[in-house]
Amino acid sequence: MRRYVIRRVGLAVLTLAGIVVLVFMVTHILPGNPALVQAGGYANAHTLHVIERQMGLNRSLAAQFGSYLGNIAHGNLGTSYTTGNTVAHDLLTRLPATAELAVASTILATSVGVPLGVAAGLRAGSVTDWAGRTGAIIGTSIPLYWLGLVLIVVFYGKLHIAPAPTGEVNPFAAVPPSYTHSLILDSLLSGNWPTFFDTLRHLALPAITLGIVETAPILKITRSATLEVAGSDYVRTARAYGLSRWEILKSDVLRNVAPKALTALGIVFGFLLGGSILVERIYDWPGIGLYAWNAVTTTDYDAIQGYILLVGLMYVLLNLAIDLLYAVADPRIRFGSAGGGPRNRPPPARFGRRVISPPSIERH
Amino acid sequence: MGLTGAGFGAGRPDGTGPAAGPGRSARLRSELRQHPSLVVGGVLAAATLIVAIAGHIAPPHNPLALSPGHALAPPGPAHWFGTDQFGRDVFSRVLYGLGMDVAIGLIVAALAFAVGCAAGLVAGYLGGWVDDIVMRVTDILMSFPSFLLALSIAVVLGNTVRNVIIAVTIAYVPYILRLTRGSVLAVRGADYVLGARAVGASRSRVMTLHVLPNTVGPSVVQATLLVGWAILDVSGLSFLGVGIQPPSPELGVQIAQGASYITSGQWWVSVFPGVAIILAVLAVNFLGDYADDKLRGRGS
Amino acid sequence: MPGLQIDGLRIAIGDRDVVRAVDLAVEPGSCRGLVGESGSGKSLTALASLGLLPRAARITAGRILLGGDETVTPDRDRTGGVRGSGIAMIFQSPRAALNPVLRVGHQVERVLRRKDQHGDPRKRCVELLGAVGLGEPDKAARLYPHELSGGMCQRVMIAMGIASEPQVLIADEPVTALDVTVQADILDLLDDIRSRTGMGMLLISHDLSVVAERCESISVMWQGAIVEAGPNRTVINSPRHPFTAELVRDLANPPNVTDRPPQPLPARPADHPPAEAGG
Repeated sequence: MRRYVIRRVGLAVLTLAGIVVLVFMVTHILPGNPALVQAGGYANAHTLHVIERQMGLNRSLAAQFGSYLGNIAHGNLGTSYTTGNTVAHDLLTRLPATAELAVASTILATSVGVPLGVAAGLRAGSVTDWAGRTGAIIGTSIPLYWLGLVLIVVFYGKLHIAPAPTGEVNPFAAVPPSYTHSLILDSLLSGNWPTFFDTLRHLALPAITLGIVETAPILKITRSATLEVAGSDYVRTARAYGLSRWEILKSDVLRNVAPKALTALGIVFGFLLGGSILVERIYDWPGIGLYAWNAVTTTDYDAIQGYILLVGLMYVLLNLAIDLLYAVADPRIRFGSAGGGPRNRPPPARFGRRVISPPSIERH
Repeated sequence: MGLTGAGFGAGRPDGTGPAAGPGRSARLRSELRQHPSLVVGGVLAAATLIVAIAGHIAPPHNPLALSPGHALAPPGPAHWFGTDQFGRDVFSRVLYGLGMDVAIGLIVAALAFAVGCAAGLVAGYLGGWVDDIVMRVTDILMSFPSFLLALSIAVVLGNTVRNVIIAVTIAYVPYILRLTRGSVLAVRGADYVLGARAVGASRSRVMTLHVLPNTVGPSVVQATLLVGWAILDVSGLSFLGVGIQPPSPELGVQIAQGASYITSGQWWVSVFPGVAIILAVLAVNFLGDYADDKLRGRGS
Repeated sequence: MPGLQIDGLRIAIGDRDVVRAVDLAVEPGSCRGLVGESGSGKSLTALASLGLLPRAARITAGRILLGGDETVTPDRDRTGGVRGSGIAMIFQSPRAALNPVLRVGHQVERVLRRKDQHGDPRKRCVELLGAVGLGEPDKAARLYPHELSGGMCQRVMIAMGIASEPQVLIADEPVTALDVTVQADILDLLDDIRSRTGMGMLLISHDLSVVAERCESISVMWQGAIVEAGPNRTVINSPRHPFTAELVRDLANPPNVTDRPPQPLPARPADHPPAEAGG
């Protein structure tokens, strides 16, 4: 187990290092002059020069890389020239809002996707199974941003159930003090019920938008894990000894599906990171996705760079957490033995879509 | 050969039994019955292609023609999908844009397949430090959600069609590369490769003649799916204002342009382009599902 | 004459008969061997008695009785009461047949608890694990299947088998996946249990030597049908069917010594594809 943990952590660190280098390379070896962008189109040569020196662009690439590394080590991600704050501050204060979206949509998607996936896997070849598979295919064919717009048309435009898609809360609401920067938690903590419920109402549509598309990969993975487990020798043994269907479901099927389904979390998280930009843009939700979009449209380089670094860090950390959780769930890894683990499985699908895994060349 | 009842109707596997030696049409019908994904995917794909080509050759109205007098007309007999804020016919624009997106999707998939296969073959077959470097780079690329990776690259490169294609391709190459390399590694030690080498075939000859055909299967299926991913990602990027810009009739651009009219009730500008995207991606996904079934040798 | 009785069993997959009119009986306290090559339908016959046929297979004729009561017919499946109490089965790959995420003691206890709601399953489990030859059974109970050797896993399975106190124990290729050195131990263990508990045993194998000494009667299965059956001496010393003769010949000689060419076998039925070499 310890070897496994050390290996995983080591790999994560290496990957992080690689990301740091890659981000530097991409943003500094690009055609285009960040100083020019910041200065605006009408700056004269002198102002440009001053700004370049300010940004350190006149130094050698190596020197720039050095200070880049130093800054990151200190958590200094630069300053956003649109908001005027440090990028680190901007990102950290907006992260909780994205987290609200992520948690809510994942709860929705899991409560639909997992039971359906298990049911489909247990009843392979039946209508339930076919419905599940087809639903998953459809789910991965829908553009997320379009779905958001359609939901707004239907639930806000026609049915008038949902509130206007203008952010987390209506403009006249009393905003609670910012302990956690999460409006939901803050209003809860300060007992501000009207704002709390208002925020929940605003959270509904964006969470449902993300949740619908998120359900597809969860369903697919749960279904295929259930299929594999249901056809296994040990389930046959359990049936042969007359164990009750409930006991078999609980201790044989679900306990073995869980670690396999855990890989779905990694996929889901990757999807959420990408999807958050789209959904937050549509609903004007003040999270890091909206921040990133603003940064892109205003070419706020520090903000863009900081966002990418943060996303890379979160993704690596989350996958590491999944690897470690996998160790807890699967005793084969906890107590040493064959190289298992979620990384030795087919590459993670992305954005909820399917990735093919190579079939073994042995004939079955 | 599956053990289920399907497919045991006409002609037994060894040719005995009724209707022995079925003709091509009977085999096709049996295939379609066993694999509904092929039917659905095939129909959708055919429809999409026909519509897209027709939209380029003979659109009902000029997709780019402005007509301010008829701005934001709802769907009706003159304009089946209505008009946008510039009076342009949405139906014609959707057809035209569909053609664009499908073409981009095919290009991206083909490029990613070509580069990924080549790199995967080389890395898998040569092994050693070449393999190590390629795998490290791949791991780093895959440590980002691919949409964000494509977004970052596209932002850096600049907002043109060409750059978006490059950006998205780069984000997809790792998937094909990994699959190809995995198959190569599995096949490398296999007997027939050793046999070829024993007879003195050069390394590159061995690679192309023996290793290539057997490693390509999963990657081809993945490449099929990539067409759908590309359509979704490229249109998503355009929606965000990255990559393809207005006034291009690309479907993501159209959806973005219609977004501001959603809340005031003019839904048709954004909704119809999205439906077109869904149909095209569905077609690809069903075909990919069928290809995957064939790859694993199972009836649906 | 109670025990397991299989009369005229026919099983079909698709429209192909894979088990043809099989008659088989296992009396209490006795051991019957069922020998045949892979794919001859031995396992399906056994699984049918527990109602565990794969979804694609169905019983088209015949019946199965346990202790005189009908449990399986083409129309009715009454195996629910039989599982875990009337018939117990142990399988070919013991580690794969155990749940990888549960401790082995827990898995034995589950079977015990189904049988007897009261009593102390943990204590009984440790007793059983000791009875099947696992040293330090209390420690062994806390292990996971992957921490045990194949032979130990099979002992755990046998413990589960005994725990259900069956009338008949079916052992499907119980030692095929194990080391040669361990095979004899496991077979001895099965013999021992049989004589102590008086249960009947159906010992299935493709290898006649496994079955030869230990079973009083032997049935030979080929292409889905029983082609020879009788007391073990008779079957081995005067085999009537060519396939049996082949098996007996392999018994006497080591595999790579042939002193005369094998006798030709009767033509195989049309829908059985010829076995491929290798693959």
